[in-house]
Amino acid sequence: MKTQAIILGAVLAAVIAAPAVAEDQVSPPRLTWSFAGPFGKYDEAQLQRGFKIYREVCSNCHSLNLLSIRNLGDIGGPGFSEAQVAQIASEYKIKDLDDSGQPTERAGRPADHFPAPFPNEAAAKAANGGTAPPDMSTLAKARTYARGFPWWVIDVFTQYQEQGPDYIAAILKGYKDPPPAGANVPQGGHYNEYFPGHNIAMPPPLSDGQVKYDDGSSENLEQYSKDISAFLEWAAEPHLMARKRIGFQVIIFLIVLSGLLYFTKKKVWSSVH
Amino acid sequence: MSGHSTYQPQNKFLQWFEKRLPIGGLIYSSFVAYPTPRNLNYWWTFGGILAFMLGVQIITGIVLAMHYTPNADMAFSSVETIMRDVNYGWLLRYVHATGASMFFLAVYIHMFRGMYYGSYKEPREVLWILGVILYLLMMATGFMGYVLVWGQMSFWAATVITNLFSAIPGVGDAIVTWLWGGYAVGNPTLNRFFSLHYLLPFLIAGVVVLHVWALHVVGQNNPTGIEPKSDKDTVPFTPYATIKDGFLMAVYCILFAWLVFYVPNFLLAADNYIPANPAVTPSEIVPEWYYLPFYAILRSIPNKLLGVCALFGSIGILAFLPWLDTSPVRSARYRPIYRQFFWLFVVVCIGLGYLGSKPPEGVYVILSRLFTAYYFAYFLIVLPLLGIFEKTKPLPSSISESVLGAKA
Repeated sequence: MKTQAIILGAVLAAVIAAPAVAEDQVSPPRLTWSFAGPFGKYDEAQLQRGFKIYREVCSNCHSLNLLSIRNLGDIGGPGFSEAQVAQIASEYKIKDLDDSGQPTERAGRPADHFPAPFPNEAAAKAANGGTAPPDMSTLAKARTYARGFPWWVIDVFTQYQEQGPDYIAAILKGYKDPPPAGANVPQGGHYNEYFPGHNIAMPPPLSDGQVKYDDGSSENLEQYSKDISAFLEWAAEPHLMARKRIGFQVIIFLIVLSGLLYFTKKKVWSSVH
Repeated sequence: MSGHSTYQPQNKFLQWFEKRLPIGGLIYSSFVAYPTPRNLNYWWTFGGILAFMLGVQIITGIVLAMHYTPNADMAFSSVETIMRDVNYGWLLRYVHATGASMFFLAVYIHMFRGMYYGSYKEPREVLWILGVILYLLMMATGFMGYVLVWGQMSFWAATVITNLFSAIPGVGDAIVTWLWGGYAVGNPTLNRFFSLHYLLPFLIAGVVVLHVWALHVVGQNNPTGIEPKSDKDTVPFTPYATIKDGFLMAVYCILFAWLVFYVPNFLLAADNYIPANPAVTPSEIVPEWYYLPFYAILRSIPNKLLGVCALFGSIGILAFLPWLDTSPVRSARYRPIYRQFFWLFVVVCIGLGYLGSKPPEGVYVILSRLFTAYYFAYFLIVLPLLGIFEKTKPLPSSISESVLGAKA
């Protein structure tokens, strides 16, 4: 028994110590998000600022194919009014066919999807040095970083689900020019502290003062990186607020139900014990 | 089977119907009067939880299939449309995706419970083998369902797993081409996986009926591992087992709801939110957590064919468990040495799961080999020999004695 316990301990220690082997990714700093935790909610003003950044900067290269313009007015989103959504939609040019079947361009409608910056993937590649900029619809869920043991277990209980926005915000701030001594950055690449392998194709997209805000928020990279990450989280998870609200109700219901069933069970079994 | 009471409907129509099709009596004798050992602990509630999970998966799956498009160009965006534009589609999809994990978690607890208490031993061999068949069907269903999302991990998991068959000498490549319906994983593969993913759950439901039937013929095992001897040893299924099952099912649903509503993407790979791209291989291809122990066994063996044999052997060996375990005593309660090997086996399975998620290099490979060796030695050496050499503790004379003795 004792020898087995020792062997078991040694094996467990080896398994737990093993992930200490450094991986080629620096963990991004953990930020505070309004949508984190069991009662998390999107900050409408922040999503609107994030959308402004997407429209003025990101959308020059990144598509947002899975979202429609009308989504901007959805409950639990950036909270644009119906009139604002119609106005935003009309500012887009949408490729369509006219009544005689000829290609034409018309003003956008809320039901349209966001138009992509490039007609196809090959064009996107050709215009960006061989790497197509990824679609942004699910980006906040498609990007993450390894948390390692024991954090990935603890995350279930603390509900840490914001690895994606943390990573995106870190990438936007992680450019180092000139790169640190000893870093090997090939032609056309850019050194980024948080990108796996540190060589990212995207040039630094945002800098202080680049996007004008009309709500008085600070116009610097720190604020931009948070706002666009929050917007992308909403784009990837548009029903997050409904999900967390319903979840709380469901869990309260289940706890009460479990309690009632427990006492019923005790009553039923009391005659047998 | 001795029941505590029999079914006698009062209603005239039910009496008329019962004479022509005694289904009421069947339900009554199976789920109401059915005698169940009075000493069953909470580990015995997972059979009911599994039936519930199968129901959840079938119902959410049928509704999801109404909105899903099994086409390589549209599958990914149709899943996203479900998540965004279908009313409560996000809920259906997260319940279905998380439900698969909850289903496997319950089946693993159910299997380990059967192993700990020797539930596979005579006369329950067929019951156990039906369980192994159910587990195999679940694995196939889960794998094909994962592919349907058609993200990067879906596509590459399909490629890696179907490629296992290419290890078969001579006809391997032909079989893989036949499985794919082409020369690579593509639209025909997705189509047939969708068809089979819809079919297999109903096969599972059918085998569940056989599993429950076999259970009701031989009766439930119990923590003492000795058979009920009198009516004092049993209680009727309803209300005793139903209320106990119901209580734990509600508790299990709390965990389920926590995952669905608060951390729905915890068990999903981030890479699977990138549409499938045959031209880009993800840096690491890792299967869902419930396959990881077998993935570790596969990769621990340097030869591909032998690795595939070990993978299938590690599951197939379960079917022979009733004959590999030679001890006449069922429950680990009365087998002090078996109990230690059993818990070590549980730790090894979890360890293999962890190793399956790590890249196959350095210390991970060495540990995988050690753990794989123990996995097989447990079945092929430990269990056959323990039956001969182990000195077991004295068994109680009846279930009611063990219950009253424990209370005293």
